[in-house]
Amino acid sequence: MSPGTNKARILWSIVAGAALALPLASSAGVLPDDRADALYHRYEGGGVTIQGPSVLVRKKMAEKYAVSANYYQDMITSASIDVEVSGASEYKEERDQYQLGFEYLRGKTTYNLSYTNSEENDYDAQTASFGLSQDLFGDLTTISMGFSRGSDKVRNATDPSFERDIDRWSYRVGVSQILTKSLIASMNLEVITDEGFLNNPYRSYRYKDPVDGTRFILAQEIYPRTRTSNAVALNARYFLPYRAAVYGGYRFFTDTWDIRADTFELGYVHPIKQQWTLEARVRYYQQNNAEFYRDLFDFANQQNFMARDKELSTFNSMAFRIGASYEFAQTGWRFVKKGSVNLFYDRIEFKYDDFHDARVSQMLPTDPGYAPAGSEPLYEFGANVIQMFVSIWF
Amino acid sequence: MIKAIALKLVSSVLLLSGLCACGNIEPWVKPYERQQLADPIMNANPNPVSGAYMDHVFEAREGARGALGGGGGGCGCN
Repeated sequence: MSPGTNKARILWSIVAGAALALPLASSAGVLPDDRADALYHRYEGGGVTIQGPSVLVRKKMAEKYAVSANYYQDMITSASIDVEVSGASEYKEERDQYQLGFEYLRGKTTYNLSYTNSEENDYDAQTASFGLSQDLFGDLTTISMGFSRGSDKVRNATDPSFERDIDRWSYRVGVSQILTKSLIASMNLEVITDEGFLNNPYRSYRYKDPVDGTRFILAQEIYPRTRTSNAVALNARYFLPYRAAVYGGYRFFTDTWDIRADTFELGYVHPIKQQWTLEARVRYYQQNNAEFYRDLFDFANQQNFMARDKELSTFNSMAFRIGASYEFAQTGWRFVKKGSVNLFYDRIEFKYDDFHDARVSQMLPTDPGYAPAGSEPLYEFGANVIQMFVSIWF
Repeated sequence: MIKAIALKLVSSVLLLSGLCACGNIEPWVKPYERQQLADPIMNANPNPVSGAYMDHVFEAREGARGALGGGGGGCGCN
């Protein structure tokens, strides 16, 4: 039996097992409200600017079915440190993503299906997802599970003959639990497996120049062809007596590349009168490097696998958020039940522990900021993320 | 490996569903006591389009991924 056939059987056994296991209860759950969102997003940091719209429309029918459609676009202008070190010039590209979703509510079980298609000039990705959730124990508990199957095509804009595949599988389970009249907690677990060409065809690792040890030479990265990751997240949300909410979360992550990461999050939501809602959040993330990551290899082809992607290095990031939402038409206006305008700002600081600023050793030794390869200052950068959006419920 | 993981996931769901069938557990927070939990400020994902965007911002720049409680999917882009 081929691995693909084996995995397909596993997926079907999950669906069949879950469908048989879930009792078809008679009282009704609830589908999300009809709404439309139009969002503008902008990310700017590390020489990269990414901006674009995202539009989502969700509509239910007969309180049993719901459909949703999302269009998302990234317009990218990049002169990142990787682009600069490679000697390439700033580039522009665009990513368009379409997502269609369908939900079906039967008793206390909600089934959902979605399909996502993402296109760039040198990268296509398709993902199909299935999930279900079930309310239990007088609706104090909700369990959910799902899986996704993805298929990517990786191309190279400078080499028309280059095309590689990636297959992705994701398995999820979750439980959400009402603990008290003012406290709700959840736990989610997800296993993701990728197989195929997992490195970026444009990115290089670097090794010491054998002729001049103060310089480096670039060569194309080589990654393993498989990766499996495990993540478990705990989250809780508490209603404060004066009508505000505080929430926190922790996620633990490991994978077969030896990356281990922790994510902590703490937030506060504060409504003012009936129309305003303010939010503040802090998020801390840290990870250690993949086992085949090195900032500077000693010589070419030193290992079977070699990477210098800063996302695989040891680093931490700290993100701060402030946001405000204003509700309008709270008593309804024509077909609109209510609406809101929202503004969120996130500041993220990335600090790398073993990714040096290789631009410094590319300078002339007579330049004041020069340092030889391997002893450059560590790289760090800050990013500003802005979201502005309008939502209407109808 | 994948089969073992899938079996564990199915077992978890079967176990929870089985518990459900064991009898009626009396909810300790009655439906009429849930007005605080039903307040919009207690919604873990009040703006799905915004939440999905921020998940993407972090996932594209970090090694970690998953367990975000969403429907999965994504672009897989670098």
